[in-house]
Amino acid sequence: MTARDAGPALVVPPTLVPMGGRAGFRTLFQKELLRFWRVSFQTVFAPMVSALLYLLVFAHVLESRVQVYSGVSYTAFLVPGLVMMSVLQNAFANSSSSLIQSKMTGNIIFILLPPLSYAEIFWAYVLASVVRGVAVGCGVLLVTMPFVHLSLAAPLWAALFLVLGAALMGALGVLAGIWADKVDQLAAFQNFVILPFTFLSGVFYSMQSLPGFWQSVSRINPFFYMIDGFRCGFFGVSDASPWLSAAIVAAAFVVLAGLALTLLRRGYKLRT
Amino acid sequence: MSSAIELQGLAKRFGAVQALHDVNLTVHHGEFFGLLGPNGAGKTTVISILAGLCRADRGVARVMGHDVVSDYREARRMLGVVPQELVFDPFFTVREALRIQSGYYGLRRNDDWIEEILHNLGLEGKAGANMRSLSGGMKRRVLVAQALVHKPPVIVLDEPTAGVDVELRQSLWVFIRRLNEAGHTIVLTTHYLEEAESLCGRIAMLRAGQVVALDTTANLIRRFHDHVYLRVRLARGDVPESLRDRLTVSQGGVHTLRMEHVREVESLLARLREGGAVIAEMSIEQPDLEEVFIETMRAGAAPAAARSGAAEVSGTA
Repeated sequence: MTARDAGPALVVPPTLVPMGGRAGFRTLFQKELLRFWRVSFQTVFAPMVSALLYLLVFAHVLESRVQVYSGVSYTAFLVPGLVMMSVLQNAFANSSSSLIQSKMTGNIIFILLPPLSYAEIFWAYVLASVVRGVAVGCGVLLVTMPFVHLSLAAPLWAALFLVLGAALMGALGVLAGIWADKVDQLAAFQNFVILPFTFLSGVFYSMQSLPGFWQSVSRINPFFYMIDGFRCGFFGVSDASPWLSAAIVAAAFVVLAGLALTLLRRGYKLRT
Repeated sequence: MSSAIELQGLAKRFGAVQALHDVNLTVHHGEFFGLLGPNGAGKTTVISILAGLCRADRGVARVMGHDVVSDYREARRMLGVVPQELVFDPFFTVREALRIQSGYYGLRRNDDWIEEILHNLGLEGKAGANMRSLSGGMKRRVLVAQALVHKPPVIVLDEPTAGVDVELRQSLWVFIRRLNEAGHTIVLTTHYLEEAESLCGRIAMLRAGQVVALDTTANLIRRFHDHVYLRVRLARGDVPESLRDRLTVSQGGVHTLRMEHVREVESLLARLREGGAVIAEMSIEQPDLEEVFIETMRAGAAPAAARSGAAEVSGTA
């Protein structure tokens, strides 16, 4: 029998040991972590500095003028909002910028050729976004600690909204990364969608301080529920019920995840 | 056992362009198969459909018996593709890129094979270098390495030697031949016809999305053996109108005229001189794959599907 007759049996050497069903997912997840960590100055430390600047400016101007919750200083109120804002923006940036860069440079082919399933690709990008979001969030909390004394009244709520919010924004980043053909389009999405939604979500103020109309508008902004729910983890009080907020954020995640998985399955803008 | 690659009735349209029309092709296990055609003939579309980068409008594509749509995970596990575009991930070193690519295919403890690939492709000295720092030729080598990292039974090389130096070409073909001898099926697209002639046991020629020739390389060349070619470089004048139908190539003042027999040389030279041409150099040549290619593309030959049965028999390795 010749080597050719033997067919493919010869070509998988014993050294190649399959790692099991989720190996492709684990590799893509680790690669995504490594990708942002390689440029951590830009992806982790720069957002910490930005958040610190927000704190210094807003706290200086408003500390003695605004009190949102009784017994809670404005600076203390502001910190969880800044933490969550950084988490959301960075979780979005992670998946969206990775995908757009891969699409533009053409190296997206490295994940399109292997036997990775659509769900594996989606979850790897989303979970890496969660890790970056949480890392930046923890960093912001760390650098703001010298300015304020905070304690966690309901840590489980804080953890839930931290992870769920980052996952939601990671999924939105996957959608934006698939949709955008150019960095310009992604920047427009970031500046005209993500930024207004985060700024108008109660990071810097309580919804209760708004006129009735704007309170109603805020109630259709899912970012408000993420930030309000996270803040509840610190103070035990919030503008909306944390249960309602959790349900809305979870439902928004399910919708975005469903959409992203559908686009990935159809190969929208990825496979011609 | 099923074939390494099977394409049945494959059709694909991009907007107004019908990239593939009813392409039928079978590549057998262990073959070194050439897919030739001019730019836009549909070679890369065929490869993209096999790799799952592109979806056919109609028809079926299988890799090692696995449908590339319904059983895509197995089909992709069986396939290694060297893409035409020079792409790389700037965040990683060569070795990291290869380990990551291994992981995507579900493989661990793959370092021995990675080292062997690095050695065979002359990348040992660059294993720790960032992808950004590599020259174009080195990046091309890494692309080949990435396609081989999971030791796929079927390896598709889409113009792997475009724009690379002679040294890489030689080392690449030595390595690919070894893989072929070990049982890997190789599908090659290239514009270097001498490469295809020396490497491929069987060749399909595509033109405007259709298979216009499919046979063993030897048979394809033999098909044109009843012809010989007179190649002339003219110091003055041009090929007269009466000889235009014999002209196969005309490039840089060198003209190739087809003859039924070498006896015709005298009469052709006489007609050239009568037409006012002054001959500076001349040679008589046997057909090679390049002539076959040019003739096939010029002839507008009927799609080979109808005669592919005979070709299959003669082409079975």
